[in-house]
Order: sequence, then structure tokens, then C-alpha cells
Amino acid sequence: MWRALLVLLCVATLPAQAAEEEIVLGLSQDRVAITSTFDGSDILVFGAVKREAPIPDAEPLEVVITVSGPSKPVMVRRKEKKFGIWVNVDSVLVDSAPSFYAVATSAPFNEVLTNTEDLRYKVSIPQAIRSVGADMNIQDAQDFAQAVIRIREAEGLYSLREDTVAVDQQTLFRTSIKMPANLIEGDYKTHIYLTRGGNVVSQFATDIDVRKVGLERFLFNLSRQQPVIYGLMSLAIAIFAGWGASAAFTVLRNR
Amino acid sequence: MQIYLPIAEVSVNAFLLLGLGGLVGVLSGMFGVGGGFLMTPLLFFIGIPPAVAVATEANQIVASSFSGVLAHFRRRTVDFKMGGVLLVGGLTGAALGVVVFNYLKGLGQVDLLVKLCYVVFLGVVGGLMFIESLNAIRKSRSAGGAAPAKRRQRGWVHALPLKMRFRTSGLYISAIPPLIVGVFVGILSAIMGVGGGFIMVPAMIYILGMPTKVVVGTSLFQIIFVTAFTTMLHATTNYTVDVVLAVLLLVGGVIGAQIGTQIGTKLKAEQLRVLLAMMVLAVCGKLALDLLLQPAELFSLGTDGGH
Repeated sequence: MWRALLVLLCVATLPAQAAEEEIVLGLSQDRVAITSTFDGSDILVFGAVKREAPIPDAEPLEVVITVSGPSKPVMVRRKEKKFGIWVNVDSVLVDSAPSFYAVATSAPFNEVLTNTEDLRYKVSIPQAIRSVGADMNIQDAQDFAQAVIRIREAEGLYSLREDTVAVDQQTLFRTSIKMPANLIEGDYKTHIYLTRGGNVVSQFATDIDVRKVGLERFLFNLSRQQPVIYGLMSLAIAIFAGWGASAAFTVLRNR
Repeated sequence: MQIYLPIAEVSVNAFLLLGLGGLVGVLSGMFGVGGGFLMTPLLFFIGIPPAVAVATEANQIVASSFSGVLAHFRRRTVDFKMGGVLLVGGLTGAALGVVVFNYLKGLGQVDLLVKLCYVVFLGVVGGLMFIESLNAIRKSRSAGGAAPAKRRQRGWVHALPLKMRFRTSGLYISAIPPLIVGVFVGILSAIMGVGGGFIMVPAMIYILGMPTKVVVGTSLFQIIFVTAFTTMLHATTNYTVDVVLAVLLLVGGVIGAQIGTQIGTKLKAEQLRVLLAMMVLAVCGKLALDLLLQPAELFSLGTDGGH
């Protein structure tokens, strides 16, 4: 009996010893529903730091929050001038790049996280992209990975937002992550890192579920699972809509 | 009002799409062309992925041709036999076109192919039409009357075997030229996302020698089936038909076409053709510049690699 209780006590205190400062997280929404009028979404990420001991005197507490969309291989192609016109010539398969990636920090990035910690936890945008299998005869494979970042930053899919996490009294933190309208479906992994002096002292992870719903869901599933029925349905709807619109117009004109 | 397109996976303004459909509809009503050759490049410009634009446009053309062909059924200006022969060629061509399309999509050259096709065909058709209609205007000014009707060409087309009688068109010619025209238009339909009327109508008049009054109805009849087949092929192999996009374009397009027909009756045929030719050349010029000038971003992303 006593032994059992002792074991239970040990188990209960273990996580607390591993991280003296723990994250208690809240999200304004843990699901994003892509409806037919979906026009982007703002997600409020907020939370508190739970600690048993007083606030350490060391470096101030900083917070890094990342939201990362589903990762997929991306084929990157580069154009070159051939026979007077611009043609895709080289291509590199970037093994895995998130479809969406946002990093929000409470101070300039290089102050909240050291390079070694960035390498370990893969926080910054270049770290989130994995590219190993470059073709042997392409020397500047790094340019292709940078192109992914540049193009997706221009589309608002990748962003580094420094100084956008508000931290109160080293305990409460909050930020708002803007998600654009051109999202794809999947589990968006949300990581929160607490750092002191550039080193991660605690972390927490959760998922934001981005899903098409209603009509969008129905049409997308149908087009993938029953392509023949979907194709026939598209034709029927289109013919009916075309015929209906012209019939309606004729009626209007003949009045 | 933003609307999220389920297959294209982009969010666009619904009124922009209705407006685009309407604009192209007005033009197609004015000039009696399908408008696919204008709509597809415009969809590229507003950021719809090219593969989705091509497949969806095929779906839209089915519907707009269907409402067009009903009027021709009533007037009995559809040559079903000729349409059938063109159709056999067209279906073969469409199947070939989708195979080529998918092969080049794997190589990452599909955008180039589509754009090159557009530049070449819009350039040739626009240029020819421009010269021809300028000549017509000049003639009508100098002679003050209609140009004399030319004798139809009766050359190699009539020397081929496999002759068939086409009663509605009043023709007795080999089935081979219509088949070839059909195959060619089918390939274009699959690759460019167009009905191909702008190629088929001149080919039917100048190569096959069909009377003008049955040409439009017969080409619409053939286009319905070829584009329906193309739509099915794209829907089952590429999953790129976006029905929401198609319906929005269509509703705008049908209303626009009615307005365009009204405007068209108030303008002279030669003036209309010069305007159409200039518009075709403008779209061609824009696409050609994209190929010739150094793009701001040399890199492009595709997701089709790897699987």
C-alpha cells in the first residue's frame, strides 16, 4: 500500500521536475472550417506559464509559437532561356515543405532562440523545409529551397512575425495567427516554446484541425472517390444551369 | 464576396468570376464564338491553376454549347452525319490530347505547351482574320457592295477515297478530311480547354466546303460531345474539374451572351470581325510576352512530383 502510493507520488512529480515551467494553452478555436465563403481565419493563441517555484531571476522569459500546415514534397522548377523563350529546365524535389508555416515570437528571432536550439527544434522557416535528395548535376540546390520560401512568403503562406507575442509578467502570453484563404486541409501542428537566454526551457504541442465542411467537403470527396459520378454530375449541373439561365433570360426579355 | 473553390483550393471573388463570365459571354454573343480561347487565359491571369482552368473550361463549354445548339436544332441547321464523323475524330483526338497533357504535366512542361498552343493558334487565326476583314472593309468601301462569292476549292479534298454523302450540307466528299479536322480539334480541346470552334468553323468552310448556314450548328453539336468527353477524362484522371467555378462562369456567360447578341446585331459583320481579330491578337501578344520576357520569378512550385 505504502509502496504503491510512493510510486504514484514519484510518477506525479516526474513531469514537474522535467520542466519547472509548464505551458497551459488556450486556442480561440481548434478547428478551422473551410466553408464555401471561407476568407481566411484569425486564430487567437493564448496561455499561461504554470510554475511551482518563484519566477527564476535569470534571463527574461520569451515565447515562440509556430503553426505548421501538412508537409508534402514540392517539385521546384527553374526557368531558363532556351530558343528565345523561357522554359522550365531544372527541377529539384524538395522532400518536405509545410503548406503553411507561421512563426510568432515575443522578441527578435535571434534573441529568443540560439542557432543550436533552432537546429534541434527546427523552428525557423528554413529549418521547417527538408531537402536532401537533390539531383547530382544541380549544384545550387539551396536556391530551390529558398525559392519555396520566397514564393510562399509572397503568397502569405509562410511568415515570420517577430515581436507579435505579448508576454505579461513572464506568465501570460497571447498572439493572433492569421491564416490566409488559400489553405489546404489537414492537421496544423501548433508548437509553443518557452525560452530563456535563447534556450528552450519548456514546450507544448497541439493540433488545429483545418477541414472543408458542408458542400466543399461533399464535392471534394466525391471528385476523389467517385470521379465518374462527379464528372457526370458536373456536366448535368452545368447543362442545367446554362439552359436555365438562358430560358430565364428569354422569359425576362419577352415580357 | 469571396468564394472558396473546392477543387482549385483557392479563394476568389464570386463577382469577379460572374463578371469574367459575363464579359466573355458578351464577346461570344457578339462574335458567335465559344469564348473558351479567351476565358482560359483569363483564368490563368486571375490565379486559377492552369490544369483546373483547362478542365473546368471544358465543362463550361459543354453547357454553353448545349444552350446554343438548341436554337440550331429548331432551325434544322445541324448536319448530324457530318457532326458524327467529326465527332469520331474528335473523341480520338481528345483521348490523345489528355495523354499528351498528362505526360507533359509529369515533365513540368504543361504550362509551356498550353501557352505555346495559345500563342500559335491565336496568332495565326487572329492575323488571318484581321487581314481578311480589313480587305473586306476596303472592298465594300471601294465597290460599295458585297464582295463576289468565290468558287469553293475543289482540290485534294475531293480526290480522296471513302466518299460519303452529307445530305444536309449537300456534299459528297471523302470521310477522311472531316476525321482529320475532328482529331485535330479534339487534341486542341483537351490541351487548351477550348471548344475549338475558332479552328473548326474556318476548316469546315474553307477545307470541307460546307455551306455557312449549317457550319455553326454542326460545330456546336460536335463540340458538346468532345468537350463532355474531355471533361470526363480530366475529372477521372486529373481530378481538376471544379464544378463551382464552372457554374459561376456559366451563369455570367449565358447572361452576357444574350446581351452580346443584341449588340452584335447593331454592328456590321466586317467591323465585328476586325474587333474580334484585334482582341485575339491582344491575348496572343500578352501570352507571347510572358514567354519572351524574363519572368520576375524564375522558380515555380508544383505538387505533382513524387507521387
